[in-house]
Amino acid sequence: MSAYPAYLAKRLVQFALVVFIGVNLAFVITHASPIDPVEQSISAVTSFGSTAPEAIAAMRTSLQELYGLTGTLGEQYLTFWSRVLRGDFGPSLSAFPTPVSALIGRALPWTAGLLIVSTMITWVLGNLLGGLAGYYQRNRMLKLMGVVAMGVHPIPYYIVALLLLIVFGFLWPVLPITGGSAMNLQQGWNWPFVSSVLLHSILPALSLILIGLGSWFLGMRSLVSNVVTEDYVVYAEIAGLDSRRVLGSYVMRNALAPQVTGLAMSLGGIFNGAVITEKVFGYPGVGTLLVDAVYAGDYGLVLGVTTVSIIAVSVGVLVIDLLYPLIDPRVELR
Amino acid sequence: MLAILRDLLRYNLEFRIGLVLVSIVVVMAGLSFVSPYPPGDVYVVPPDVPPSAAYWLGTTSRGQDVFWQLTFAIRNTLSFGIMVAVLSRIIALVVGLLAGYSGGWVDRVLMSINDTFIIIPLFPILILFYFVLRDSMSTPLLATIMACLGWAYDARLIRSVALSLKTREFTQTSIFSGMKTREILAREHLPYVLPIVFSTTMNNMNWSIGIEVTLAVLGFTDINAPTIGGMIYWANQHTALVAGIWWWIAFPVALVVMTFVGLFLLAVSMNEYIDPRSRLARMGGGG
Repeated sequence: MSAYPAYLAKRLVQFALVVFIGVNLAFVITHASPIDPVEQSISAVTSFGSTAPEAIAAMRTSLQELYGLTGTLGEQYLTFWSRVLRGDFGPSLSAFPTPVSALIGRALPWTAGLLIVSTMITWVLGNLLGGLAGYYQRNRMLKLMGVVAMGVHPIPYYIVALLLLIVFGFLWPVLPITGGSAMNLQQGWNWPFVSSVLLHSILPALSLILIGLGSWFLGMRSLVSNVVTEDYVVYAEIAGLDSRRVLGSYVMRNALAPQVTGLAMSLGGIFNGAVITEKVFGYPGVGTLLVDAVYAGDYGLVLGVTTVSIIAVSVGVLVIDLLYPLIDPRVELR
Repeated sequence: MLAILRDLLRYNLEFRIGLVLVSIVVVMAGLSFVSPYPPGDVYVVPPDVPPSAAYWLGTTSRGQDVFWQLTFAIRNTLSFGIMVAVLSRIIALVVGLLAGYSGGWVDRVLMSINDTFIIIPLFPILILFYFVLRDSMSTPLLATIMACLGWAYDARLIRSVALSLKTREFTQTSIFSGMKTREILAREHLPYVLPIVFSTTMNNMNWSIGIEVTLAVLGFTDINAPTIGGMIYWANQHTALVAGIWWWIAFPVALVVMTFVGLFLLAVSMNEYIDPRSRLARMGGGG
């Protein structure tokens, strides 16, 4: 593990760069806006009436600070960064005066749980089936699976979610189609609540799995069918090793490394699917929060969710990258 | 080029299916030019008529003929995809060729930026863009934004080819004959990466159309310009599924799925053609 420190340093720099560029992008985008977010936000709140003048004044200062509108551009930039680093995005307007960070904190476990579980299932299942399909190329069942994967893979998330909704919501209504759990349950580690959460997560998770499965399947299949022709595999086969052993410890092991990198790279795209899936199934995660915030014109919340999602995805990529040398020792050499 | 097409047509089933699907979609888009109704007009036909001889694919609750509306929608959706693909291809080509050829710190800086763009979650950023621009968010603007965000993965592919081209003898010859970097990239290396550019174009179109549909369904694009996503948006606004107007959603969905599968199959078959190993396997030479 002698080269690990250098590898670690490189990844950490990359991580810092992603967060830096991402947050700067958010800063630039919000400053490019032709509308004045502060006045618009204030008029959104005051239109409900009954807000004390002092509260409005306090809000205006807070908002101006948040959007980086006080002081010179350089000062604005620094204020913005210090607020982002503290996780302070001010009060939410659509749920005034709950802080944005509290709303995100409440939604994040739902999204993280749904995404982590469905991504793991998709990745394991896709690679396993793809590996088998690449190795046993004459198998009818696996060939058919390849055709189905090719047909399903390019369909956008929304369409798959919609189809599932139609099938299990209208044609054959057996699963709950909206919400994260039944309404009347006490949240916590008790069986009725946990089982309700699981039941409600089936359809959103299924839509994510169905869409993700194809690309892992196709990727692994082509990787394996390339590895199969390598000399050491041919040699192992001629030597009379059990074909299951060849597949497990020679073929799969060597084809898996690029798929781990792929997992890290696909994390960024996962948010696209999560946002729309959550909205379609009314799942109480970050995606629903973001979309509702846009509808409600909640500036701070939109900014907060965007920034948090950039940071969350980069952390995920960093974790996978740091685990990578454990799976593939060759990576240290680079 | 023609010989490649003939080969693909003869030996590759995926290419044939893809070509048929894409042709249907293109013909559909072409029909928009002879549509009897302007795309923006509502209540030009009786609303909520199921598919019939008079209205092939039925009519919407807004009094539009689904068939003719669909022709405009797919035309706009396709041209959006092409716009994004062309713009982002230019960025990907410049970055990929330059990084691969120059190497050293140019390569390192460009690839760091490149990796960042691969990782950053685009969807929240696009929503942030829509949020601050709102009414001024037009289709060309969205296409430009998406092109600026969606070049990274393909730039890496192009770079990997450029890296191998750099060590080939003809590159050395060009350098010694006094060609400038720009000339070498444009005249010598570009022809070699064009096949990859074509196949990534299809994938990029799929990607951009998918995101456009998703954004439009949520109402986060210019919903007055008819697109596939826009049609689904309006159908949802009128709760078409609950009201039983299934044809308003089913046909746009079917058409966009056809577009996706068609473009994807074209990309896959071209990829296979480019990669000699899988071509060998197809001909029975390998595995």
